Amino acid sequence: MKKLKLSRLSLKSIRISEEIRHSYNGLFIDLGELVVFTINVIKQLFRPPFEYRELIKQGFILGNKSFGLVSVTGFIMGLVLTMQMNPVLADFGAQSLLPSAISVAMVRELGPVITGLICAGKMSSGIGAEIAAMRVTEQIDAMEVSGTNPLGFVVTTRVMAAMITVPVLVIFADAFSLIGAFLAVNIFEDTSSTLFIDRSFSMLGFRDLMPATIKTVFFGFFIGLIGCYKGYNAGIGTESVGKAANSAVVSASLTIFVIDLVFVLITNLL
Amino acid sequence: MQKEEVIVVKQLYKSFGDKHILRGIDLTLHKGENLGIVGKSGTGKSVLAKCIVRLIEPDKGEINVLGTDVLACDDAELTEIRKKVGYLFQGGALYDSMSVRENLLFPVRRTQFVDKEQDSEELVENSLRSVGLLDAIDKMPGELSGGMKKRIALARALILKPEIILYDEPTTGLDAVTSGEISELIIKVKEEYGTASIIITHDMKCAKIATDNIQIMKEGVFVVEGKYDELSASTDKEIRDYFI
Repeated sequence: MKKLKLSRLSLKSIRISEEIRHSYNGLFIDLGELVVFTINVIKQLFRPPFEYRELIKQGFILGNKSFGLVSVTGFIMGLVLTMQMNPVLADFGAQSLLPSAISVAMVRELGPVITGLICAGKMSSGIGAEIAAMRVTEQIDAMEVSGTNPLGFVVTTRVMAAMITVPVLVIFADAFSLIGAFLAVNIFEDTSSTLFIDRSFSMLGFRDLMPATIKTVFFGFFIGLIGCYKGYNAGIGTESVGKAANSAVVSASLTIFVIDLVFVLITNLL
Repeated sequence: MQKEEVIVVKQLYKSFGDKHILRGIDLTLHKGENLGIVGKSGTGKSVLAKCIVRLIEPDKGEINVLGTDVLACDDAELTEIRKKVGYLFQGGALYDSMSVRENLLFPVRRTQFVDKEQDSEELVENSLRSVGLLDAIDKMPGELSGGMKKRIALARALILKPEIILYDEPTTGLDAVTSGEISELIIKVKEEYGTASIIITHDMKCAKIATDNIQIMKEGVFVVEGKYDELSASTDKEIRDYFI
């Protein structure tokens, strides 16, 4: 009886280890395919015809769709952060550092990461769902038989559009967060806008701005790329549209954190 | 006299994983011929059509389209071949984000089929006129009915004046009247443009109206070939069942 129980247990553990092996294999196959896809997209960036019209159209669509959400989030972040930090800094008599603290926190870390996450949610899912729907309804195939390379027309334009719009949206998020912070500061005490701006930028240097800007370009690249990859490799049927969108958001959000970590490590080394 | 061969497929095989879809297909399409391919769902009819324009890479076999070995040609040659082969997809595959005009202009601009923009517009209007839908030129695909989508998709397939058209289920999901209209349109296209066509269909009424010859596909191979009247009067019950 005991032997039978043991053999059942070992069978179960073999099955579980098999499942883990399969899921790991799937992960590596997925990663391998993503690398090949990325190489093809990068190659396509330098191969004519260059789809300027589609790039501008996609840039406008992506930027326009996310601008409102990014601005409101930035504004609220600045407002809340200031209201939370003010009493703490007041305890140390360092209230004058508030604008600098907010601007450094927002520009270096919070602005890019929060905007990146919002864009991962809005852009990546949108791109993933759109391309998956195009795949399911054979629009991608129709492009190919029309003598158009869908990788150049559909994918590269969206990846480039995301690369351009995410950094611009981060700048807007940072600006709106400072407006929010300025309003919050004025709740506690009367501060002039000139003084606030002066203090905000006093501690911001090239070492803060450059890495933050460069990483947002990478955020944009991977947000676009993952959305396109998930959509382009969607399965058959409408169910795969939802799956592609969902999977794009999860993967893009995780990638944002990984890129952020890598950039923080690199910046600290320099 | 033997007519010119425009598509020749020899011993074509295609599998997806361990599922064998095409198991040695041989097919010949002659100039000006409308060939119907009939068979149950999942027998590989659409896969065959997609292999012909290399939307799907076959595992083994030969495909010759208008004298070019499709499986051996490079991207530029493949684009040239695709220009000469119109493809009507099952659902129409109109680009959702573009108006009807833009849908039709897309292949014209991409392939630089005409030099002047004015000529492209004229081409679009003529193509839409030939399917009787000039009024829909500024509509979006979402505003069109299923039948209208199929007609517009046919206009798009015709715009580059192809020598061959592949119709993938042209009447699926349409009511009997619209199906009849599409079938008549296929005949009209053949007469006006002199195209050769492969018509993949389940719709026997369409097969009767629009095809010259029919091939019946079963489990990835063609089992019988003949004209509609011959096959529908076959003594073999299994063949006759397709025509009920």
